[in-house]
Amino acid sequence: MAFQWLIGACAALALASQSQAEVLRIDWIERQVTPPPVLSNMAAIPPTLGLDGARLAERDIATTGRFTGQSYDLHETVVSPDADFLKAAKSALAEGARVLVVKAPAPDLLDLADLPDAQGALILDAYAQDDALRGADCRANVLHTAPSYAMRTDALAQFLLKKQWRKLALIAGQLPEDQAFTAALKHSLAKFGLSLEGEKTWDFDANMRRAAAAEVPLFTQDLPAHDLLLVSDEPGDFARYIAYNTWTARPLAGSEGLKPVGWSGVVEQYGAAQLQNRFREAAGREMQQADFAAWIAVAALGEAFTRTQATDPATLRAYMLSDEFRLAGFLGRPLSFRNWNGQLRQPIPLVTERAVAALAPLEGFLHQANELDTLGVDAPESPCTAFGDAK
Amino acid sequence: MIRALLLTTLLVSPAMADEIWVTNEMDDTVSVIDAQTLEVLHTYETGERPRGITFSRDFKRLYICASDSDAVQVMDPDTGKILHDLPSGEDPEQFVIAPDDRLLYIANEDDAITTVVDTQTRKVVSQIDVGVEPEGMGISPDGKVQVTTSETTNMAHWIDTQTHKIIANSLVDPRPRHAEFSPDGKELWVSSEIGGTVAIFDTTDQSQIGKISFQLKGVRPEKIQPVGMRFSPDASKVFIALGPANHIAVVDAKTFEVETYILVGRRVWHMAISPDQTRLFTTNGVSGDVTVIDIASLNPIDTVKVGRFPWGAAARPTQN
Repeated sequence: MAFQWLIGACAALALASQSQAEVLRIDWIERQVTPPPVLSNMAAIPPTLGLDGARLAERDIATTGRFTGQSYDLHETVVSPDADFLKAAKSALAEGARVLVVKAPAPDLLDLADLPDAQGALILDAYAQDDALRGADCRANVLHTAPSYAMRTDALAQFLLKKQWRKLALIAGQLPEDQAFTAALKHSLAKFGLSLEGEKTWDFDANMRRAAAAEVPLFTQDLPAHDLLLVSDEPGDFARYIAYNTWTARPLAGSEGLKPVGWSGVVEQYGAAQLQNRFREAAGREMQQADFAAWIAVAALGEAFTRTQATDPATLRAYMLSDEFRLAGFLGRPLSFRNWNGQLRQPIPLVTERAVAALAPLEGFLHQANELDTLGVDAPESPCTAFGDAK
Repeated sequence: MIRALLLTTLLVSPAMADEIWVTNEMDDTVSVIDAQTLEVLHTYETGERPRGITFSRDFKRLYICASDSDAVQVMDPDTGKILHDLPSGEDPEQFVIAPDDRLLYIANEDDAITTVVDTQTRKVVSQIDVGVEPEGMGISPDGKVQVTTSETTNMAHWIDTQTHKIIANSLVDPRPRHAEFSPDGKELWVSSEIGGTVAIFDTTDQSQIGKISFQLKGVRPEKIQPVGMRFSPDASKVFIALGPANHIAVVDAKTFEVETYILVGRRVWHMAISPDQTRLFTTNGVSGDVTVIDIASLNPIDTVKVGRFPWGAAARPTQN
């Protein structure tokens, strides 16, 4: 008898939640770029890099929504390299886009964030890793789920310090992404008291697929003594030909070898295997950093919508930046946003081709508030002022 | 006299050999521990990635979730032989057996489904759509309500076992991993690993009546990740495994206050209580061992080395 009553009460509850169904519109806005030419074309950049992660997360949160009476509407705007990005972004905003997940280089992202129509919007940067976007160029309406270069290089520096591989040498590429990664690397080495003994710029125009065994030993011969060789080659052009061809037998890290990344197909602990399985099934490939950044951006919006039941960007943003917000991201600890610059706190896996060698922050790197804040620029040093004095 | 004593011992000792069975997730085995002597008596092979483990209510059968073999295996606990597989759906992680000892409710982690299998006919009775990554599985003592928690949807789904339909959904903190009914059936406890909390619900109306947080000196709040839970034999306390915080919290079942914390091995997952109700066994995933706690004093008394990444635990009395 009591049990019958129980079912009756529940049915009423379930019905109530269904009748007030609410929809959160999420816009995926992507600026496609023509990638720089690389020496090997064996692993092309997937055309739906990032977007596959957003689509998967939308499915995940929609499943949750079935039980809460909430649903999602994912709009995709993908702008080809030769088309007008800002125009496409403007028209999405004019159509009602208020919550945006963006995959675009920093200049495009800033142009979008500074549009008058975007002022009340909530933009999640799921791609650009530039430290300036979290610093001097930060915007109050932009949160970042992609890790910054500094977070990645701090993760690597923690590992090097832990291993006591203190003497480093560097081979750096010349593209803007390489320069940004190199700058972050140098900052991290200084921060953790490691020493850069020598540095060379990669400026070969020979075909390394044939010449690496002849050229790389000579090229690396005059580097000063080092424990580990760093490489800065973010587009993946030349660094793959450095490994095993160096003059001295030293491990490689940075853009090649041991890589600090936001995500990789080898991440499997803390339930990550399940996310990897779902992603592989959906996209037919391994999940990369940009896919995870997009997945977690959409998942974060889902979490905020579920908890606040609000669709307006201001409420979602306030909740996401609050202390209550704890996001599960398959990385072994709750993720949250830094309320002084909008960056998602996240552990950084240090990965090889086949395994996670370590997960930063490493044990022993302490912080007065949150160990994840040992990665990247911390509140006291942050030049970002757009978030007020939240810190 | 000596002879008489010896005889008694011989007669009594098999009956004393209660066992704790532990799945070793990364070794594809189960370890059988003598609950008294704390020796590992047997190590039996299982399918790939064994996690959830439970006995039939008559203890004649052992059910094992062999997650990567996509099977629930049925083992004869007297011989360690796998008798047959049950149709389980993909990636079974945890399950719970109904009080009638017949239906098994299985969480299919990759498929967002709860599968109900009849262990006698070996047929799937029903599949229920639940949230993403179902994991925690509880059933009310009267068998009328089954609760599945979904880790990525962050919910406890209340399923009516007569109709196999969801009757209510309760939102909980991130990554709910375990659901446990109180022995009197009046409360449901749900642990949230990433939320770092345990929510307590009144089962009559699914209203939340309490929420527990944990604070441990010298342990970062984000490392406190509640997973497995067990009520003490007298139902006055609840033992809660805190994952990478490497402690068991002992919570007063009435006031919901944390009484104390017990240091165990690294990354503690789940627990089993010895059939004589004196000892608590915890599976410590990262350290690859089992901590044995004396329930009366709440002191850890020993550590038993088992296989790689011990995960689930179940107790079997052998005096039957």
